[in-house]
Amino acid sequence: MTRLNLRSIGSYVVIVLILGAALGAVPVAFAEEAAAPPTPESNAEAIATVQSHANYLWTLVAACLVFLMQAGFALVETGLTRAKNAVNICMKNLMDFSVGSLAFFLIGFGLMFGVSSTGWFGTSGFLLSDFAVEQDPWVYVFWMFQVVFAATAATIVSGAMAERTKFTSYLMYSVFVSAFVYPIFGSWAWGGLYKGGGWLEAKGFIDFAGSTVVHSVGGWAALAGAMVLGPRLGRYGKDGKPRAMPGHNLVLATLGVFLLWFGWFGFNAGSTTTADTSIALIAVNTNLAAAAGAVAAMLTAWLYLKKPDATMALNGALAGLVGITAGCANVTPVSSIIIGLVAGTVVVFSVLFFDRLHIDDPVGAISVHGVNGAWGTLAAGLFNAEGTSLAIIGVQLLGIVAAFVWTFTTMWVFFKLVSVTVGLRVSAEEEVEGLDSHEHGNDAYAPDTFRTLAGDAGAGA
Amino acid sequence: MKKVECIVRPHLLDAVKTALQDVGIVGMSVSEVKGFGRQKGHTETYRGSEYKVEFLPKVKIEVAVSEELVEPVVEAVLKTAKTGKFGDGKIFVSALEEVVRIRTGERGEGAL
Repeated sequence: MTRLNLRSIGSYVVIVLILGAALGAVPVAFAEEAAAPPTPESNAEAIATVQSHANYLWTLVAACLVFLMQAGFALVETGLTRAKNAVNICMKNLMDFSVGSLAFFLIGFGLMFGVSSTGWFGTSGFLLSDFAVEQDPWVYVFWMFQVVFAATAATIVSGAMAERTKFTSYLMYSVFVSAFVYPIFGSWAWGGLYKGGGWLEAKGFIDFAGSTVVHSVGGWAALAGAMVLGPRLGRYGKDGKPRAMPGHNLVLATLGVFLLWFGWFGFNAGSTTTADTSIALIAVNTNLAAAAGAVAAMLTAWLYLKKPDATMALNGALAGLVGITAGCANVTPVSSIIIGLVAGTVVVFSVLFFDRLHIDDPVGAISVHGVNGAWGTLAAGLFNAEGTSLAIIGVQLLGIVAAFVWTFTTMWVFFKLVSVTVGLRVSAEEEVEGLDSHEHGNDAYAPDTFRTLAGDAGAGA
Repeated sequence: MKKVECIVRPHLLDAVKTALQDVGIVGMSVSEVKGFGRQKGHTETYRGSEYKVEFLPKVKIEVAVSEELVEPVVEAVLKTAKTGKFGDGKIFVSALEEVVRIRTGERGEGAL
């Protein structure tokens, strides 16, 4: 009886609170009405305020979703590489975001979204300097959304260069890509989203959420890095045949792909930076392309490599996501399935192709992001729901080529310079024993039993 | 006293263990080991690249027994670990000079 009473008292309190809140709002409304009756103008202003706040909310929530993709990348890359390098790859992911955030704040954002008189790069807004606090704080939410994109492009590279790159050199890369390479290309295609205006967007280039701007740029930087670095020791036999170096934890890799998939709803649907009804189609397209990509990659591996290799299916889901990123807002759901199916098929053959060239990419980043970024950008033109034309396809191809030429060239030169100065690669001894102990003095999976031999067992005695 | 080391297929560990307990074995050490014999290895593929698995996973069971238990132990292992195919493993029997129970300091058969 007592319990029942308590429960009904609880419900009563809740109801009173809700009513109170509702009634509390009413007198305010009455008070305003009393002061000045609503006019079409005041109503329009109120509606605009609500819309503006909704835009802030949606964009910031989406930015947080995209941020979670960093965790996804960390897990995918760690899972697909060997245990002795797990700490190193986690550190590279952590520093990509941390170093990258600072570099993008100091330099990158201004180059990408500052006022651009030439169409080639922005020249204002460094350190968010020309945005006073009392002005519209939209720049802050916009910066949050853009910095997680910059970090996504940057972190793609760590997977392709995994297990053999010197940590200090990687940090230098991290600054360079977030401060210069990504923002400058970004300004060509997306500068107009804020104060800039690039030559590529002026031609009508379609890349809604960044198949090219984010993923191809990351993928081609990864290609340059993997080529300058060379393959992991023992990856290709004397006969030239690739030798497998299985990743140490496919459960982590799978969880990483799910996190990326989850974050991608923010990546694509959030790229509206507007809370409106268009986000629904974008989310559906994103999901269908990912699903189709995973299925197509699984079937391709099954037919061509005899088994439904899990790592290929995981790559396939990501390939589908990269593929739909450019066109997610302007293709139909059926088109997005086709885009995903192609992406999932392409990614398997692309992985085998780069392997044949002895370009060692432990996680398939070049194929997932570079190659499928290009495919997605082309597909956005081909499957454009408003119709396609040779002119549209031409601009899409121009954007694809521009991204490759700019990114591959600058990154190749950068990695070469690092290679001949401070060195890009760890010593053979470090590579064989693992980067975790040599570069970081850490062990990702430190065995408790043997730690006692180091002396801390008797510390309390 | 003898030490009997049995290398068996991992999935048969439980059956072997139970059979050993049934003939009166009260303690054993088990470790996961890798190696090869006539079974050799096999080839697997990962992301389209082949790799040879040369050392196959097995389980090693070690028991220390008195002389009269050696045959029952060997029989029990033969009965439970044999599939008739390559890779069933081996049994090694060797002389054991001394056994000491650390808790009590007992030595010899009493410590088994």
